[in-house]
Amino acid sequence: MDAPAPLLEVKDLDVGFDTPEGEVHAVNRLNFSIKPGETLALVGESGSGKTQTAMAILGLLAENGHMRGQALFKGQDLLKMTTPELNRYRGSEIAMIFQDPMTSLNPYLRIGKQMVEVVMHHQGRAKADARTRAVEMLRAVRIPDPERCFRQYPHEFSGGMRQRVMVAMGLLCAPDLLIADEPTAALDVTVQVQITHLMSELRKRSNTAIILITHDLGVVAGLCDRVMVMYAGEAVECGSVEQVYYDPKHPYTQGLLDSVPRLDRPEDTDLVAIAGNPPNLLALPEGCKFRDRCPRAFEACREKPPMQLTEDRHAYRCFLGDPK
Amino acid sequence: MARHSLQRLLGLIPTLLMLITVAFLLMRVAPGGPFDSDKLLPPDIEANLNAKYHLDESLPQQYFRYLGQVAVLDFGPSIQYKDWTVRELIAQGIPVSSTIGLAAMLLAFVLGTTLGITAALKQNTRADYLLMGVGMLGISIPNFVIAPILILLLAVYAGWLPAGGWDWGIASMVLPVVTLSLPVTAYIARLTRASMIEVMHSNFIRSARAKGLPESLIIRRHALRPALLPVISFLGPATAAMISGSVVIERIFSIPGLGSYFVQGALNRDYTLVMGVVIFYGVAIIVLNFLVDLVYAWLNPRVRYDQNR
Repeated sequence: MDAPAPLLEVKDLDVGFDTPEGEVHAVNRLNFSIKPGETLALVGESGSGKTQTAMAILGLLAENGHMRGQALFKGQDLLKMTTPELNRYRGSEIAMIFQDPMTSLNPYLRIGKQMVEVVMHHQGRAKADARTRAVEMLRAVRIPDPERCFRQYPHEFSGGMRQRVMVAMGLLCAPDLLIADEPTAALDVTVQVQITHLMSELRKRSNTAIILITHDLGVVAGLCDRVMVMYAGEAVECGSVEQVYYDPKHPYTQGLLDSVPRLDRPEDTDLVAIAGNPPNLLALPEGCKFRDRCPRAFEACREKPPMQLTEDRHAYRCFLGDPK
Repeated sequence: MARHSLQRLLGLIPTLLMLITVAFLLMRVAPGGPFDSDKLLPPDIEANLNAKYHLDESLPQQYFRYLGQVAVLDFGPSIQYKDWTVRELIAQGIPVSSTIGLAAMLLAFVLGTTLGITAALKQNTRADYLLMGVGMLGISIPNFVIAPILILLLAVYAGWLPAGGWDWGIASMVLPVVTLSLPVTAYIARLTRASMIEVMHSNFIRSARAKGLPESLIIRRHALRPALLPVISFLGPATAAMISGSVVIERIFSIPGLGSYFVQGALNRDYTLVMGVVIFYGVAIIVLNFLVDLVYAWLNPRVRYDQNR
């Protein structure tokens, strides 16, 4: 049997920003795809282009941003669409949850109003009907007393509760794709776990594909099928969670994994930081972009390594492990 | 809410007391008195006059006598306008001054916010630069310059509008109201533009866009209210300033408003009249600020006071 057609296929995505200092290359020639119901993690440090990838897909780049390439959603190129065309997908088929729940809800409108408007706009449902749906979703994300929450304002809730509201709002129209940009970054550790569990549970119920943007490798392990590691706007490694966690091929992925505290290592193991800083996105180096920080760099790294693919679909961009 | 309003209104009393005290003292410190003129009055007549208006008493005596009168809303007789009480004079001026002031404020608010929002949505285009350039002119040219120019163009050359006077007809209101509102319009436009631009870049507008709502709905439902909040808080003092600040305009257009009484009263050392006008302005500013706070709380759920605490 053939593998199901990808839900979203991003091809050769470039995202740049014009600044007074020159063009910032935030995303460079990025390729990935996600199947219906699959969960893909975009992992990388700040400035690696994870968020801008998502913003480009939804047409939410800042005014000085521009993009090239393709993002085929069910065969339609989102990057070519005008805003009114995109609006048919935004919120209904593709929903997004943002990083900061404290500022992502409109503080001047009741939570109910902000939820109902999505359903009414996209599905043309009557207000009472939309209200029922909204309360149902608030209940699904386990907000106590959803009827009351519906009438309250965002400032009456804690960060964790607001992020639950955001999750509920994102899933209102049962989207095929949910993009979650660091949904747990601003929350307490215990609340992070709750939100992660919540998303994992809702995903199983609704078969929604999720792109999870994060730098938290723990969250990824709990929730995702596949991982794509990004560095300086490029994908450096992509594979299943098992492949990337237990058999990392790229030195950057190894560095990331070594920098996370783990219980299964001897107590006196030092955490290893990756030396140096990510390259300047205004002037990216030729060749491998991780070369200057890589402990195992050698002469060949002056050339840009191609993406290599193992037999079991584990991709990485490094000459090491090259059979030649 | 009711409790909060009551507290605010009670807070009016100490503020007014302070205002009255300072104004009272300043008037007495200013050199000269109500009966000084080129022609010296015979000493016994002046003594009689002083006795009539209780000016022969000690300052504390006068002060407490005045406070007692104000407490029962008696502002005394005008010293300069014989046969008129201060209350009558003010009651005559209020309708005219507040009509001009409120009409100008309404015009400035509607026009200013519309222009500001337009400029913000067309940020960094020619339309934006043009609007803001004209706005800067509106702020920087004083109204005693604008007024004669408008009179010259629209009244003298074109003959469309009267050059001055007041007959409660729309035609006689146009020039003073427009002149008075221009700088405020420009200021509100700039204020609105700045806050609208800030709001349109905020995270919750991005959320609204990600929900696929059309831009017009995002502006109307999500952006308008937060963008107007700074303008609303500016409205209170601005309206009070317009009702009281029309002194120059009333002069230029020969309008029988409060402003002329204020100026004449101050020049003639008409103690009672000046005190009356000062108290009226004070109350107007406090009450308008209070009303604006109510509107602000109604628009912004985070500052509502009725939360069960």
